[in-house]
Amino acid sequence: MNSYQDTIAAVSTPPGEGGIGIVRISGKDAIVISQGMFKSKKYKLPSTMPAFTMSLGHVINPLDGSSVDEVLIAVMRAPHSYTAEDVVEFHCHGGYFTVKKTLEITLSLGARLAEPGEFTLRAFLNGRIDLSQAEGVLDVIKSKTAESSRIALEQLSGGVSEKITEIVSALTTVCALTEAHIDFSDEDAQLSDVKEILINIGEIEKKLKQLSSTYETGRLYREGMSIAIVGRTNVGKSSLLNALLEKNRAIVSETPGTTRDTIEEYLNIDGIPARVIDTAGIRQSTEYAELEGIKRSLNSIEAADVIVAVFDGGAELTSEDFYIIEKTTGKTLIALINKSDLKAAFHASVLAESYGGGGLTPVLRISAKTNDGIGALKDMIFSIAAGNSPEVKNGVLITNVRHKRAIDECLFALARVATLLSDSMPLELAAFELRTALDTISEITGLVTTDSILDSIFGRFCIGK
Amino acid sequence: MSAVKSYDCIVTGGGHAGTEAALAAAKMGLSTCLFTMNLDTIGQLSCNPAIGGLAKGHIVREIDSLGGVMAQAADFAGIQFRMLNRSKGPAVWSLRAQADRVLYRVYIKRVLEETKNLDIKQGTVTSLTFDKSRNRITGVVTSLGTVYHSKAVIVTTGTFLNGLIHIGLQSFSAGRAWEFPSVGLSESLSELGLKIGRLKTGTPPRLDAKTIDFNKAEPQWGDNPPVPFSFSTKAILNPQLPCYITYTNEKTHGIIHNSLDRSPLYSGKISGKGPRYCPSIEDKVVRFSERPRHQVFLEPDGLNTSEYYANGISTSLPLDVQIELVRSIAGLEGAELMRPGYAVEYDFVYPACLRHTLEVKTIEGLYLAGQINSTSGYEEAAAQGLVAGMNAALKIKGAQPLELQRHEAYIGVMIDDLVTLGITEPYRMFTSRAEYRLLLRNDNAELRLKEKGYAAGLVDENRYEQYKSKLDSFNAEMYRFKTKRVKPDEINPSLIKRGISPLTEPSTLEQLLKRPGVDYEMLESVSAPDVELPTDLKLLVEAEIKYEGYIKQQEVLVEKMKRLQNKRIPDDFNYKEIGGLSTESLMKLLEVRPETVGQAQRIPGVTPSSISMILAYLEKRKRTENQR
Repeated sequence: MNSYQDTIAAVSTPPGEGGIGIVRISGKDAIVISQGMFKSKKYKLPSTMPAFTMSLGHVINPLDGSSVDEVLIAVMRAPHSYTAEDVVEFHCHGGYFTVKKTLEITLSLGARLAEPGEFTLRAFLNGRIDLSQAEGVLDVIKSKTAESSRIALEQLSGGVSEKITEIVSALTTVCALTEAHIDFSDEDAQLSDVKEILINIGEIEKKLKQLSSTYETGRLYREGMSIAIVGRTNVGKSSLLNALLEKNRAIVSETPGTTRDTIEEYLNIDGIPARVIDTAGIRQSTEYAELEGIKRSLNSIEAADVIVAVFDGGAELTSEDFYIIEKTTGKTLIALINKSDLKAAFHASVLAESYGGGGLTPVLRISAKTNDGIGALKDMIFSIAAGNSPEVKNGVLITNVRHKRAIDECLFALARVATLLSDSMPLELAAFELRTALDTISEITGLVTTDSILDSIFGRFCIGK
Repeated sequence: MSAVKSYDCIVTGGGHAGTEAALAAAKMGLSTCLFTMNLDTIGQLSCNPAIGGLAKGHIVREIDSLGGVMAQAADFAGIQFRMLNRSKGPAVWSLRAQADRVLYRVYIKRVLEETKNLDIKQGTVTSLTFDKSRNRITGVVTSLGTVYHSKAVIVTTGTFLNGLIHIGLQSFSAGRAWEFPSVGLSESLSELGLKIGRLKTGTPPRLDAKTIDFNKAEPQWGDNPPVPFSFSTKAILNPQLPCYITYTNEKTHGIIHNSLDRSPLYSGKISGKGPRYCPSIEDKVVRFSERPRHQVFLEPDGLNTSEYYANGISTSLPLDVQIELVRSIAGLEGAELMRPGYAVEYDFVYPACLRHTLEVKTIEGLYLAGQINSTSGYEEAAAQGLVAGMNAALKIKGAQPLELQRHEAYIGVMIDDLVTLGITEPYRMFTSRAEYRLLLRNDNAELRLKEKGYAAGLVDENRYEQYKSKLDSFNAEMYRFKTKRVKPDEINPSLIKRGISPLTEPSTLEQLLKRPGVDYEMLESVSAPDVELPTDLKLLVEAEIKYEGYIKQQEVLVEKMKRLQNKRIPDDFNYKEIGGLSTESLMKLLEVRPETVGQAQRIPGVTPSSISMILAYLEKRKRTENQR
């Protein structure tokens, strides 16, 4: 039996939109990790669950306690699991976003992202797979490696890899400056002082933070964003969807409540794949099917990346409109006044004020019927989603959890370096943390060897008596 | 050919690698013979008259802990001792000493002569004998055609293997200046299938003290009292001497620039790659042309000589240029050169062919140590000699090999680097090469290695007893620090005096020592042990406690690494059979043939998924064998 010291995690269902997505953790800390990110009122917690049972609850973001998704959790105890280690599975049903978020949380609690085929490898090394299947194990590792390197290549766009290489090289230089102090302190090499090292670290941190901040946007590019169109009945939501899609998909009729279920369509907004959800109109109704639709509409509001709240510009705002305003206030939102082809029944500022004013909620007047303002709407959705960072404009986006994690760990290590240096602690401690920082970030593009650091020293300083 | 005599172990070469190898093998009970081309240059310091330095000082202490001789020789010959890097933490403190060349070699030769089981012979080994059917070394042949049989042969040729010396555009065959090169042996190694390459190193001119104006240079004295290398040296007895520092200037640099057409380095005459950390003065002036001056250290060659070693101006320029450039330097205006500087090119063997025991993988009983493995430096050489000698003895005695790990010793880092990474220039140890640097301190070398040296049979009872009693005092003091509590009013005056925030509640000595600004000395004044500890133990306690957090972090990393490090890859492992390894991974793996999965993982260019496949394949192989 192999005693692995680390616990691994990965999404074990195929990427993309599926019914459920499974995040699997395996290793000696699997149950401890799951314990820190799962809450259930009624049901059992992972550590007390009998093996091979499931429990219903929520994946919780440990940072703020917010719920990520409602999930089923399954616990399997060593050696009775696929890997013969403790295994916990989260069955998420909120789509790819929540699956990824769940995985990120396992990593933040100490799991390591599994290498391609690593679950299978562990199963084999731990004796769960018999010899006759050994070739199969090698094949799994091979194919997963091929697949993941293809995906990794796709995800590491030219701009990102350039940016990371730039940071790695700057960090290699900082390591060289520090190591030179330790290894060549008896030389007359005119070494740089600690202040210069700190300044360099500050610049690297700035770059890393910028890059890290593109992750949210990056994920939008990779996984797409969801846009929910909400509004009371008959304000033209379906017409808007058709206008955005430039085709007739939703049934457009004068009869209120025509869209009783949510309709999903996909479109591309300047490179970002967007899933547009045309929701059932929200109004008071007693009809069961319609009530169900309204409930879903309200759920869509919760889950969407961007909400487009549609109002009828040709009529006064109704109590249902105000109900929608109440439900959508504080969300990432565009307030849309439709039917600009008709005479305006209220001023845009009235709507803006209803959302609390202060220009926080952008208000746009369009006509889904005549296509007036549809282009402006798309631009607005893009800028809300992508933000205004120069990295995003140049296409430098972090899209991969592994990369995001490496950047964040690098930032943590650099923060420790800065503290150690400012406190005048022994230099070799800062050097240790610097190497940690360099090792984590250079995992993305290929590890930096000691030789590269020495190269940098010898290129920079006149060493040697 | 019939043999004149049979030995368990033959060592060819009497430098730092050869002498440690021969001593280790003989002391561990092998009938041993050391061949040297010149009995009078055994233990010669061929380059600068100094031992240790950053990272190298660590190695000297490791050699001492394992039972080698270098530390004691350096203490015997030392004429100036300095602990470097004192402004940093204890992990990177390192000892350096100036040594009297003559005293050093006298000490080494005497120890060899006094060692049981050891013959020392003047003679040149020109080829090796080999049993092809069993892939085994069987002995050596000397230049006189004499044959000696041996179960193990340790080759330590230094710069002598096809050595070629350059001064200006003149060149001549020599191992060191005016000494015969070793010719023939390189071909013999090549015939055994070893890959031979060429490296270069250099040395500066030696000057006559009576022609140096020392008033124009700044003296640099050593520490007082001097700290010895060896844990068993009681005191340094030699009178201590200063070095002197002076500088090159624009005029010196002009002279060099104007003569580059007569430099063997810049005219393309030298093909071997030189070390970047030890460049010639012509290299420094060309590559760092913006620097107005370079430091020159005038190091005394010994107590009974007027030769001074001009460290910093290593050169292979013609003699007339050497004279002119030396005399352009402050204090050296009238200096006479006693020996010119020169460059030497020599053959080395690419060390990827070696096991961690320094035995050649493909030839049983053949060991290589020192500069022949691409290293530079006395300390690096001596350490390899020691490891090769110990392993030759362990193998013949049928005992477990000594394979030092990267977290155990700088020696382990060095050997693993040599056999794993590619070689592009002479290899020198730097502390930055050790990823577990905070564990590998020079103050804890004994704690790390003494037991291993004793278990191998190299550390004698007497020294082991000394170590044991020292270990007891150390453990007792560590326990006292963990348990002894100090009241605020006892310690606060001392804390306040140093500007450290006072205590409000009692605290253990350990907790106090962990606070920045607090040291052993301060706590000793408040709460002393029954018997005062020697200084080195005080520092050891301080280091272990102050850096406990970081030490623990590194220990966690070591544990993680061990899982793959402990997985051995059999010699006949067929990488091609795995299929699906990337071409680069496969090529590198076939070149290095790593001994463990841990080593495989450290080969540059071998991917994590290749490691997964090797693991799966190893498991498959193991189970297939179990089924049979």
